[in-house]
Amino acid sequence: MTNFKRPDGRKVDELRPMKAKVGVVPNADGSAMFQFGDTIAIAAVYGPKKMHPQHMQDPEKGTLRCTYNMLSFSVTDRIRPGPSRRSTEISKITGWALEPALMIDKYANMVVDVHINILQANASTRCAGINAAAMALAHAGIPMKDMVSSVSIGKLDKQLVVDVNKKEEDWEEGEGATDIPITFTNNGELTHLQLDGKITTKQLKEAIELARKSCKEIYEVQKEALKKVAE
Amino acid sequence: MTEKKIVIPGEIIAEAKDNLPGEGTEKKGNDIVALRFGLAEESNRLVKVIPLSGIYQPRRGNLVIGKVENITFNGWVIDIGSAERAFLPLSEVPRYVNKDGLEEIMGIGDMVIVKIWSMNKRGIDLSIRSRELGKVEEGMIVKINPNKVPRIIGKEGSMINLIKDETKCNITVGQNGLIWIKGDKIEDELSSKKAILFISEKSFVVGLTEKVKKFLEEMKK
Amino acid sequence: MENPIEMTSNLTAIRIKEYLSKDKRFDGRMPENFRDIIIETGISKNAEGSARVKLGNTEVLVGVKMNVSTPYPDSPNKGNLMVTAELLPLSSPRFENGPPKFPAIELGRVIDRGIRESKFIELEKLCIKEGEKVWTVFIDIYSINDDGNLLDAAGIGAIAALKNAKIPKYDEKEDKVLFGELSDESIPVKKELPISITAHKIGKNLIIDPTRDEEDISETRVTICSSDGEISSMQKGDSESLSIEEMNNILDLIEKTERVVFKKIEKSLK
Repeated sequence: MTNFKRPDGRKVDELRPMKAKVGVVPNADGSAMFQFGDTIAIAAVYGPKKMHPQHMQDPEKGTLRCTYNMLSFSVTDRIRPGPSRRSTEISKITGWALEPALMIDKYANMVVDVHINILQANASTRCAGINAAAMALAHAGIPMKDMVSSVSIGKLDKQLVVDVNKKEEDWEEGEGATDIPITFTNNGELTHLQLDGKITTKQLKEAIELARKSCKEIYEVQKEALKKVAE
Repeated sequence: MTEKKIVIPGEIIAEAKDNLPGEGTEKKGNDIVALRFGLAEESNRLVKVIPLSGIYQPRRGNLVIGKVENITFNGWVIDIGSAERAFLPLSEVPRYVNKDGLEEIMGIGDMVIVKIWSMNKRGIDLSIRSRELGKVEEGMIVKINPNKVPRIIGKEGSMINLIKDETKCNITVGQNGLIWIKGDKIEDELSSKKAILFISEKSFVVGLTEKVKKFLEEMKK
Repeated sequence: MENPIEMTSNLTAIRIKEYLSKDKRFDGRMPENFRDIIIETGISKNAEGSARVKLGNTEVLVGVKMNVSTPYPDSPNKGNLMVTAELLPLSSPRFENGPPKFPAIELGRVIDRGIRESKFIELEKLCIKEGEKVWTVFIDIYSINDDGNLLDAAGIGAIAALKNAKIPKYDEKEDKVLFGELSDESIPVKKELPISITAHKIGKNLIIDPTRDEEDISETRVTICSSDGEISSMQKGDSESLSIEEMNNILDLIEKTERVVFKKIEKSLK
């Protein structure tokens, strides 16, 4: 593609080494770990079960409730334990990213709880969280149309790269960094996109194509881990 | 497709032109795809996905073991591990019960063997009108993933009978993954429990019956 | 009160008690036996120190972070210590989202006092400038899977994470902690490990390191933190009373267990 040098020597379209494991929380109905390099997320699913409090019940269909939370020591600068505005937003975004793949209509008045915790962070934590959550939901036997995979595309100066790490997120040279986390179903439906930074429409279209390609690689890792747990 | 295969949601299982989509699958274009994680199986051209994990999916007629979660004025709320609420009406008790006397028959935290009598929008209605049903008075309960129940029972009950014979215990397997064991000694019950947990962990191992036999013999030593 | 299926049933409670009266437990352990302790350190690269502890299916993660702050007026030449615990909803169907509830608060406080009162961390060595600048040590505890005895697992995790920790680099001129850059210097800790062990009373019996079911039917508990036979902090939890004789038995039981657990931790930390 280009001679662009990434801080860790990766090719522009190269993901960090991925690891995935299913069944990491024995108490949960489904659980999984997903790792992009030094970014590690674990997710546990409980349910479907009765929704408490009752006033939050939806009599028409089941509810997906996601919670994203970073452990205080997952980053170099300690995070105060407990929810923040950032984690509240990411929790909701994660739910939106996953919901189109789920078939939980028949679970009226019930809730599927997804708890995501980031153990170690080196950027792309919400993407790792979504990947772990999709595996945990499948593992919990929740009816799903499709799997969901997520990746962050970065624009460093003028160059698009996949699976942004912390150094790249803080890129300052040239036009600086644009961070674009994107989520796809394996079938190619886009379920989540956020963007921070500057980019042209033309290059954003390229970024979306690039994400689609990377998500296929991520899907293979998720698939392999799920098949392994049943052996 | 001839052999069983683990599939994940959205995965193509078979061609739609030769097969029909069964439970846990749907037809999508020219293919039959999985709608859940599980074991894909085809028989008589019907393709389905058998769940391997997840919570208990209740069915009418299932014998299950539950726990008294709450008592109302006209019956007991029983937790059978399903998402739906399950209820055992007072009218199921074959004798007159004073309205204040429900707790004496079954209190909160008691275990009960029940049958799923009907399922509707409101939830699940349970029955205890059969000799093998009712409150569990002694013995112990083991909990396994409900999807492992067929493995514990084995072909025509071969696996569970093996454990019963070797440990001299009475065992009742609830379809919801709760299993009641009653032996003369706690040690016998614990042997049964260990064998059951062994099977639920190693349910994919080839030649499982032989391995369970060996396991039970080892424990006797 | 609702009593869902994941809570221990009356039947199981009776059976556990019956068996305990013969000094036996369901998993084959003796009343005073700990489960195997598996400790993994350095599990989070961004923490100054971290550890994963497993007791059977129980799992906790503990991380140590440090920062420079002003000392408390009553200890101008000593570093600060802050311990928090979160019982993650991820780790059990019983834990809910929301502000920390009493069990999490108590857990953090019991571990805090165990470390503080044993003087395990030499806090006076964490003074940068008396009355002005000292290091604060944060110990954060998270449950990953609750199968009983999170308390003792957390205590072990805290020690392991502290021993694993390196102090971050500090630019004195700029008065700035260089987060993410660790020095070679460890947190100054004593050789003797302050080990927290909790004894539970079930009927007439005492047990150590309960599983989930055993913990559910525990009537009262006593946590003792001691290092090398010397007690430094205690907590009697739950409302059931104890006779003097029972308390004496608990003291003897924990003293005996401490040595065994110490050896297990030493072995696992190597």
